[in-house]
Amino acid sequence: MRRSTREILIKRAFMATAVTSLAVLALIMVFLFMEGLPAFSFVSVKGFLLGMDWYPTDEANPAYGILPLIVASGAVTALSSLVAIPLGVMTAVYLAEIASPRVRAVVKPIVEMLASLPSVVIGFFGMVVMAPFLQDYFDIPVGLNLANAALMLAFMSVPTIASVSEDAIYAVPRDLKEASFALGATHLETLLRVTIPASLSGIGTAVILGMSRAIGETMVVLMVAGGAAVIPDSLWSPVRPMPASIAAEMAEAPFRGHHYHALFATAMVLFLVTLCFNILADYISHKHSQTGSASL
Amino acid sequence: MNVDATVSLPTPPRRSLSVTTGRDRVRKTKQWLAFLMLRGAILIVAAALAVIIGFLLVNGLSSISWSFLTEVPRNNMTEGGIWPCIVGTVLLSLGAMAVALPLGVASAIYLHEYAQPGRLMRVIRLGVNNLAGVPSVVFGLFGLGLFVTVLDLGVSLLAGWLTLGVLCLPVIIGTTEEALKSVPATYREASLALGGTKWQTIWRVVLPSALPGILTGSILGISRAAGETAAIMFTAAVFYTPKMPTSMFSDVMALPYHIYVLATAGTEIEKTRPIQYGTALVLIALVLGMNLFAIFLRAWLQRRGER
Repeated sequence: MRRSTREILIKRAFMATAVTSLAVLALIMVFLFMEGLPAFSFVSVKGFLLGMDWYPTDEANPAYGILPLIVASGAVTALSSLVAIPLGVMTAVYLAEIASPRVRAVVKPIVEMLASLPSVVIGFFGMVVMAPFLQDYFDIPVGLNLANAALMLAFMSVPTIASVSEDAIYAVPRDLKEASFALGATHLETLLRVTIPASLSGIGTAVILGMSRAIGETMVVLMVAGGAAVIPDSLWSPVRPMPASIAAEMAEAPFRGHHYHALFATAMVLFLVTLCFNILADYISHKHSQTGSASL
Repeated sequence: MNVDATVSLPTPPRRSLSVTTGRDRVRKTKQWLAFLMLRGAILIVAAALAVIIGFLLVNGLSSISWSFLTEVPRNNMTEGGIWPCIVGTVLLSLGAMAVALPLGVASAIYLHEYAQPGRLMRVIRLGVNNLAGVPSVVFGLFGLGLFVTVLDLGVSLLAGWLTLGVLCLPVIIGTTEEALKSVPATYREASLALGGTKWQTIWRVVLPSALPGILTGSILGISRAAGETAAIMFTAAVFYTPKMPTSMFSDVMALPYHIYVLATAGTEIEKTRPIQYGTALVLIALVLGMNLFAIFLRAWLQRRGER
């Protein structure tokens, strides 16, 4: 075979493999829709998304409304962001701008190790340590609740937010900062008025990715959130976010029964939400990517 | 000849800067306070890791014994060891890597060495990024729908390998691309100048220099797969199985799923606490050990690269 023909074939083969990720993503979508859409033969889209009652196993009168699950997912994610965004961004600023190389060499692995902790271990920690602690300290009936789950989730999204923002802050051109120093600004003033504004799109991407991780995280909310499919009325209400519901009920749902299809439809909603978040993150990071100092 | 000794310049009069020192002090103090807060944030993050690891060490260390690691669970999983879970987790994560590594490395080679910036590359990257963001429970349902049901593999090691394999794909692609980026362009140019084709250059020059970086990535991938729970609970892992896996169609027990089962679904949650702590300790020792190894490997590579 001629060398050039072989080269072209090899290139084609690599291209075909590279498309695998796209194919898998498409297949995931196909399967979720294939198994999820039949749910809308026994419940309307509106009744599914806005229904207040989730009683999929009720013999006489099953109800498939996932609004409590959606609200729960939104609530744990929003609450965990309140903790994770400041903590993650501050960690990133510290690592990128202030830490000496030696401190950095210690702190960065710590953040990476936090990212690698298996979610089931964090969930376990929330169950056996945080729950009894909250119960005693705040004198509440159940320790497995919205606040506990949000706190545990926060520690899972901090590393994502920190590492993506750090890259963004690191990428701010040196001459911008030097210009600010030359004008007599302190390090803090330079940070607040030059460095952080210049890396804002990267930080935005980081925050969205962190939140998307929190929405989709399963084991933590399955073990720690409490599991009650009701709309939470306080920080201490037990909740049942979408991933928890899917993971907990899938094993018992009769194959291709109503409950099974309703769970796949829930996964469809979850998938679409995270997909939107990720596409938004991608859009922001491309649209406003900092190229030199010109775009500031 | 010393010029300074002969010419003496008049010293300029010292001007007082006291007009601005007061405000400067405020600015300095503000900065000090703000940086103190940033240090506090780092401390919180480090403390979180230390508390979780410390708590597992304190409570779990007493459960760890040779028999705990090498025996099978007995008496409704309330006694005995976790050997089948260790075997299951090791098999699952290695198999997942066997799926993800070839696909991931080849994808990264295409993206970094062949693809021209353009629409196709943009779409592939968007696909990879989105795959990285798919919730693990959705991967689990996907595995259940495609591998377990449609391909009829059943709840098996193979179904778990494929599910975890596609889950780890973005990790491998990302780290391999980093490794390829760190290979100097001059290496490629030298090979091309000697008349090597693109493929010869990649196979004989680029890949060997990127190999340690790819290795680091695959260790991270294995540790990610080892800790994953939601993706295997419908595809590969079972509550309890008395027999060790004999083929790739066997179902297995796994460390993360074992923790979840004992901590939530067992009838004797309190009684099996020591086993739960012990299992969690073994799991994080496995995962963090691999991560630390990867971190050191990477630091060593960077130092070698700078020299």
